[in-house]
Amino acid sequence: MNPHGMSLFRIGNGAGFSGDRLDAPIPVLRALIAAGGPAAMFFETLAERTIALAQLERRRDAEAGYEPMLERLLAPILRDAAAHRIPLLGNWGAANPPAAARAVARLAMAQGLPGLRIGLVEGDDVTALVAAGNLAPHEADVGLEMGQWNLVAANAYLGAEPLAEALARGADVVVAGRTSDPALAIAPLMHHFGWAADDWAALAVGATAGHLLECGSQVTGGVFWDPGFKDIPDPANIGFPIAEVTAEGGLVITKPAGTGGLVDLRTVKEQLLYELHDPAAYLTPDVVLDITGVTLAQQGPDRVAVAGMRGHPRPATLKATACFEGSWLGEGEVSLAGPNALARARATADVLLERLRIRGLGVLRARVDLIGLGAVHDSDQGALWRGHAGAEPEEIRVRLAVEATSRDDADQASREVLALLCCGAAGTGGARLRVSPRILTRSHLVPREAVPTRVTVLPAREIA
Amino acid sequence: MPMVPLHRIAHSRAGDKGNRLNLSLMPYDPAHYPLIAAQVTEARVLELFRHRGATACTRYELPLIHAFNFVVENALEGGVNGALNLDGHGKTQSFRLLALTVELP
Repeated sequence: MNPHGMSLFRIGNGAGFSGDRLDAPIPVLRALIAAGGPAAMFFETLAERTIALAQLERRRDAEAGYEPMLERLLAPILRDAAAHRIPLLGNWGAANPPAAARAVARLAMAQGLPGLRIGLVEGDDVTALVAAGNLAPHEADVGLEMGQWNLVAANAYLGAEPLAEALARGADVVVAGRTSDPALAIAPLMHHFGWAADDWAALAVGATAGHLLECGSQVTGGVFWDPGFKDIPDPANIGFPIAEVTAEGGLVITKPAGTGGLVDLRTVKEQLLYELHDPAAYLTPDVVLDITGVTLAQQGPDRVAVAGMRGHPRPATLKATACFEGSWLGEGEVSLAGPNALARARATADVLLERLRIRGLGVLRARVDLIGLGAVHDSDQGALWRGHAGAEPEEIRVRLAVEATSRDDADQASREVLALLCCGAAGTGGARLRVSPRILTRSHLVPREAVPTRVTVLPAREIA
Repeated sequence: MPMVPLHRIAHSRAGDKGNRLNLSLMPYDPAHYPLIAAQVTEARVLELFRHRGATACTRYELPLIHAFNFVVENALEGGVNGALNLDGHGKTQSFRLLALTVELP
């Protein structure tokens, strides 16, 4: 079924997370325009952690809490995308989609686009349901108790249907809050090809395209390059990905000509399995994706065909992530270098833990890292650095991290690191301290019928 | 029988969901797929993360694309929002796996 009579649709990705390269969308849009056929672009800027921080921003300022780089991402591409009827979709609404829609409207007005149609998707906020306390926790989080902390907000992962509805009603830009990542790619395909919401085979193609593109450059050479082992061209200018999808369910992953990075079997395999658990059952709100039959074929430079994905009926429930606040993270670091650095660093670690005991601060948990001895692979107990029997490193950075019940306790704990500048081991220097609020998350399962969505599509002049 | 780190013959990427870590593992040469299947067991991978409290490891096999997916439960000390460690996402853990040694024929 193809109501538009065009058998190839291109989807470009312009961002894989909040914090991605801001100049990445420009060559992607240029490539979509040069290709000439129907296309859309999507931006995935909302990780599990991002929305929690956005909720705190919104609480501080009612007009904040959406993607802070939204205007910078859109300003260079909005006019050309609108002129070529290439819709832009994103979950850049984060904790405040209406405010994000107003920001897009202001940008459109400033660029002389008062008729730009902005679609707003709402309904992902399920805070009241979680507060009522009758939602089952997600399997991975059973037993995770949040009793002493305060619920900030909870958001359900919406599927593609409301996004596709916004496109059907003529939206040039779609602003959503929490959506599943693949939904942002499935929606324009649903709209273009007229896929039904229970066409599991078609939705599996869309979900695979979305999954491969959702992290931007991660399928075109990002977090892939390993000098001498996995080299890529021009890692400072990695081209973001484009998926070509046909009405028959064909899928090719590629990238804009003239950009860095690469698309080959290795990059596609790494991203295909990224954040995946059971490959026979990758749960999305739109379809359960089974990649166990997937085959890959290099079709030419920077072109990989993906086939064999299967779809099964979507889950009856949606996943929702609840964010809690309460405790504080206190951190402090100092450096040691040269002869006997390892012994001085080990003793510093023990002195810091002893100081926390002496001070009697409200510290729930403390950890000391010896950076330079594989700290990112170590445990809270320091199993690796305590057992280290290898060579003595030239330099070690000692890091204290505490979870405390109050900001003041976190601050006081981190200041014990600062005090080492006078009281510490010989040659202690380079202190840095940081105190930040901690956000804890717990996932729940929500019945679909408990998450009604609302779609509004209006021209910029009526929103700004 | 040379012992080599997996990094010499394979590549990997780490991902997370909450406190659960997944590690893909793909040999550069499909001929090494059986060797990895025989030597990089669930037990060996779980052992890499025991000191962090990991409780279980499941290995999924994708022979059509010569890939493995290891899912390690409770390997992230609380995950991105809960952990005190520097890398709550566990993104650096793929290289802990790649340091594991295997015996080449």
